[in-house]
Amino acid sequence: MKSLELVNIRKDYGGAVAVAGMSMQIARGELVSLLGPSGCGKTTTLRMVAGFVAPSAGSVLIDGRDVTRLAPYERDTALVFQSYALFPHMTVAQNVGFGLEMRKVGRAEREAQSLEALRRVRLEHLADRYPRQLSGGQQQRVALARGLVLNPAVFLLDEPLSNLDAKLRGEVRSEIRALQQSLELTTLMVTHDQEEALTMSDRLVLMEGGRVRQAGTAQDLYERPADAFVAEFVGRSNVIEGRAEGGGFRTACGTLLPAAAAGAAGGSFYAIRPEKIVLAREDAGEGVGGALREILYLGAQTEYTVMLGQTPVTVIAATPGPDDALAGLRTGDPVRLSWPGASARLLGA
Amino acid sequence: MRLTGAIYRGGIVLAYTVMLLPVVLLAVTSVFRDAIIAFPPSGLSLEWYRNALGRDEFLDGFVTSFKVAAIATLIGVPAGTAASLALVRSNLRAKQAITTFLLGPIIVPGIVAGTALYLTYLLAQTRLDRDIVGTLPGLVAAHVLLTIPWTVRVVTAGLQGLDRSVEEAALNLGARHATVFWRVTLPMMRPAIVAASMFSFIQSFENLELTLLLVGPGMSTLPIAMLNYLEFQIDPTLAAVATIQIVVIAAMMLVTDRYVKLSRIV
Ligand SMILES: Nc1ncnc2c1ncn2[C@@H]1O[C@H](COP(=O)(O)OP(=O)(O)OP(=O)(O)O)[C@@H](O)[C@H]1O
Ligand SMILES: [Mg+2]
Repeated sequence: MKSLELVNIRKDYGGAVAVAGMSMQIARGELVSLLGPSGCGKTTTLRMVAGFVAPSAGSVLIDGRDVTRLAPYERDTALVFQSYALFPHMTVAQNVGFGLEMRKVGRAEREAQSLEALRRVRLEHLADRYPRQLSGGQQQRVALARGLVLNPAVFLLDEPLSNLDAKLRGEVRSEIRALQQSLELTTLMVTHDQEEALTMSDRLVLMEGGRVRQAGTAQDLYERPADAFVAEFVGRSNVIEGRAEGGGFRTACGTLLPAAAAGAAGGSFYAIRPEKIVLAREDAGEGVGGALREILYLGAQTEYTVMLGQTPVTVIAATPGPDDALAGLRTGDPVRLSWPGASARLLGA
Repeated sequence: MRLTGAIYRGGIVLAYTVMLLPVVLLAVTSVFRDAIIAFPPSGLSLEWYRNALGRDEFLDGFVTSFKVAAIATLIGVPAGTAASLALVRSNLRAKQAITTFLLGPIIVPGIVAGTALYLTYLLAQTRLDRDIVGTLPGLVAAHVLLTIPWTVRVVTAGLQGLDRSVEEAALNLGARHATVFWRVTLPMMRPAIVAASMFSFIQSFENLELTLLLVGPGMSTLPIAMLNYLEFQIDPTLAAVATIQIVVIAAMMLVTDRYVKLSRIV
């Protein structure tokens, strides 16, 4: 039995389709990320699980029970809102205790549990403050505590990190993951940040236009994208148009690229990750020749853009040391690119 | 930068001066001894305060104004708040029309609305064979036409700025709709409701135009008592009355501020 199961749920707004038939399952204690471009239906899906949006069709099952027609307060879900949505007129402790109060937990027990939840997010010393007296990161942790104190059957997070600055985001990310794992919370998290999704989730569901494009582990999506859309959305990819030819792939502008013999038949796209490509000087003799158009120094790594005919290809490599063969490379220099055919994938659109 | 800063500060000082100078002058002249305001005064005295407090029309006017304002506020604020909730939250089709209608009494010039009410009251009086003009209920009914629009105006604005997801959070945590309303929505609306009550009370208390034709013998409000006095005398008694009024309202605001920080609602 799965903790959360969506069976072909769909949501239409008038003529517009927000979610066009989504099915997915989440096992107990698993964290699944809903990932996808803006407007693809992530929030709508999450809100259908929480009960704020009534599906036009399909059903939502929590622990095997059909909750599709239940009101939000009748479902055992806890949603952490993007805006945190703390009660401004209640202290931190009262905020965290609210859900318990609604479940008729006695005062002493409630206070003990609230404090314990606050301890988990390391905020027990701020229990008597009001939300406006907290920083954004602290408010976010109160919102987390308010949800997890209920030990919900399904924990829902809507872009939980989007209002935090880059440094804090990294910290809170691992904090959420650690909490989720130690409490074994079944979690559905919405994000449009693929790095967030890759690092935090057991599994990812990539959505596009209200549908699932691909679901699987981070490795599945990254190493074995189902199509060009997935390859471009998850991580970075050079996606090149053309057609399979013999043992390789002929780009639209005529260059022959290496490909493993067993490419997707009829695939008209070729995908290769920037970090799988080896960049060498022209005299290396091996690989596809091109001209270096741009060098972006990123610190530990350097990003190169190489033109293979009219096709730009991005290469990411460790920044060369002073004695390295690549040191002193300049834009305009002729270079060679090589990679094993097995690193590339032939994909449909 | 220095120059714009100076201009900015100068502007602020000027604005405050223009706003506060009349109040200061009022308070100052209320203790001048001369019956006809002269500068410099021949001396200072509290004579005018004694006169003001000794005259029944002012005391009665104050009591009537206070009663009318208090009752009209108690009726108008809950009604206006309910109307605002409906206007902001529901899918009523004629929302815009209803809003305009409810704000009507404070958009129409007071004297026009007052005349219309007067005529209506006269008609009703002959039909019902009982007094309405010059009675407390008649005045309260008229002033509810001030307190409802002011409440709708203030509370609607407050509701629009209210984050719906906070209420959704309460639903999500297991609260039913009624609980959400009492425990979350209403407390979050409190600043707006307090502001609305204050505006309503003051608007009613100081209203002249709408009330002018609706008072009667023994049932007059303070502003009208002051106007009547002014017809015959121009000594600083009115300055004294006005100063007392300002002090009373300022005291009310200070008390309110203890419960809801006014700087956070207006
Ligand atoms: N209440 C609504 N009425 C009409 N259309 C809606 C409504 N809510 C969402 N939509 C539409 O449904 C689609 C999906 O919206 P949704 O909010 O689920 O996207 P999202 O994936 O969360 O996007 P984002 O990453 O920008 O938050 C969008 O095209 C949106 O315009
Ligand atoms: Mg969204």
